[in-house]
Amino acid sequence: MSLLQVEHLTRSFGGQPALKDISFTVGKGDSLGIIGRSGAGKSTLLRCLCGLDRPQSGRILLEGQDLAVLPESQIIPLRRRIGLVFQHFNLLTSRTVAANVALPLEIAGIPRDQRVKRVAELLDLVGLADHANKYPAMLSGGQKQRVGIARALAAQPALLLCDEATSALDPETTESILALLNSINRELGLTIVFITHEMDVVRALAKHVLVLDHGRIIARGLPADILEETSLQAALPPNMERSPQEGSHAVVRLTVDQNLIMAPLLQNVQEMCQTQASLLRVIPAEDAEYQVLDVLLQVGDVSVATMNFLQQNCHAAEVVGYVPAHS
Amino acid sequence: MSRLILDLLWHATGETLIMVLVSGFIAVLFGLPLAVFMVVAGRGGLYPLPVLPRLLGVVIDAIRAVPFIILLVLLIPFTRMVVGSALGTTAAIVPLSIAAIPYFARIAEVSLREVDHGLVDAVRAMGGTRWMVIRYVLLPESMPALVSGITVTLVTLVGASAMAGTIGAGGLGDLAIRYGYQRFNTTVMLGVVAVLIVLVTGMQALGNWLSRILRHSERTRSAD
Repeated sequence: MSLLQVEHLTRSFGGQPALKDISFTVGKGDSLGIIGRSGAGKSTLLRCLCGLDRPQSGRILLEGQDLAVLPESQIIPLRRRIGLVFQHFNLLTSRTVAANVALPLEIAGIPRDQRVKRVAELLDLVGLADHANKYPAMLSGGQKQRVGIARALAAQPALLLCDEATSALDPETTESILALLNSINRELGLTIVFITHEMDVVRALAKHVLVLDHGRIIARGLPADILEETSLQAALPPNMERSPQEGSHAVVRLTVDQNLIMAPLLQNVQEMCQTQASLLRVIPAEDAEYQVLDVLLQVGDVSVATMNFLQQNCHAAEVVGYVPAHS
Repeated sequence: MSRLILDLLWHATGETLIMVLVSGFIAVLFGLPLAVFMVVAGRGGLYPLPVLPRLLGVVIDAIRAVPFIILLVLLIPFTRMVVGSALGTTAAIVPLSIAAIPYFARIAEVSLREVDHGLVDAVRAMGGTRWMVIRYVLLPESMPALVSGITVTLVTLVGASAMAGTIGAGGLGDLAIRYGYQRFNTTVMLGVVAVLIVLVTGMQALGNWLSRILRHSERTRSAD
């Protein structure tokens, strides 16, 4: 049975739809990345998932209970099944690190001696055992986020929601926070749903991906598939057409060996096939294992001979579209 | 400065302190819940109510609109009803409190509104009730600002209590009017001013110190 099941979720603000017919499921132990540009509806979706916002229609089933329709008094215990990690940490400045981590336990009414024990465990887990009595203002960004994660885990939630958890951190700290989240997902088996606008985060953490755009899910699948698709989409020239126009140039996608030197290839195309070829874009490899790159070429005249030549010299070559000659 | 004048000053300072501290205490006692109500029940609050917070806002501003010296006179019948007399230190506490409650309520309201909304969300997302949000987030997080607000209120009350001296409230203002002004005793006048300056700067320093401690922001950063 899936842990979280979202069906036909719709939320709009003042007639302006922010989420349109969103449906997906998250299985136990899964790690779902929701990626999208700012304004795509990610934050609204996350607020709905943790019961802070109500959708106009649709269902959000967490362990079989519907967050979308339950009255406030019954949502409160359900929220305790969800741990939330924030972009800006949202730690209480008036409480020490230990007291911040203890807060969800206090709220859940756990007795004091059990709280103390659990807080010590959690601070150990996130590597902040020495900082228990400090105040958040004395910590670095990465340390604050570790406190945020410990706090989110405190009440033993069924689901961890991360709202751009690494966006306010520098690259090295980001890496260590992602490693921590990864170990929480893999070793503790905790289900994670996170939203981000960074492909790197998805690559590091996600087992499944949803791509959100203008409030709709435009793609879903495994990270490798999604990343290849979306980075190719982003790299294509914006004025590209599907069919050739009079005098337009072709855009050819080549899959080449990572060690290939482009200059001789382009020169050879010009000499052997009597046509101009220029390099548009190199798309970095998504997976270091494959040792291949995607390259976009703009080619003046795509005859059969040209394509044959390219296919002989590369792993693969295909025409993906056409652009005006002068662009 | 004669022994007599020193005694007078000492006695008057005590009366002023009693007026300021008691009315300050009453201002916080009633003003803080009012402020919490205005924030929680106001637009975008945890428990929005349509009419009541606005109505309350009008009443608060109406009291604040009346100059204190006029409020003093206006409230004489009410003061008589409450403490049985319109004269003396105890009587002055009534108008001082009535003026200070809305004053502090507005200051506290601003402090409470400035609490990061993300913290409210955090506690709500943990399954905290509205009462828990008030208790764990709104009050403790605004505490440094509330302490600063209390300091400002007390300093304002020192000035107001001197004004209450004009209608026979006792305290430093009374002393300055009766001895310094009506009997042309410059020594008393200067003595009162000196005491007021020491009182106000002392209160302000104490308030700043306490607020800084509560802020917990000294950056004694250990290894990152």
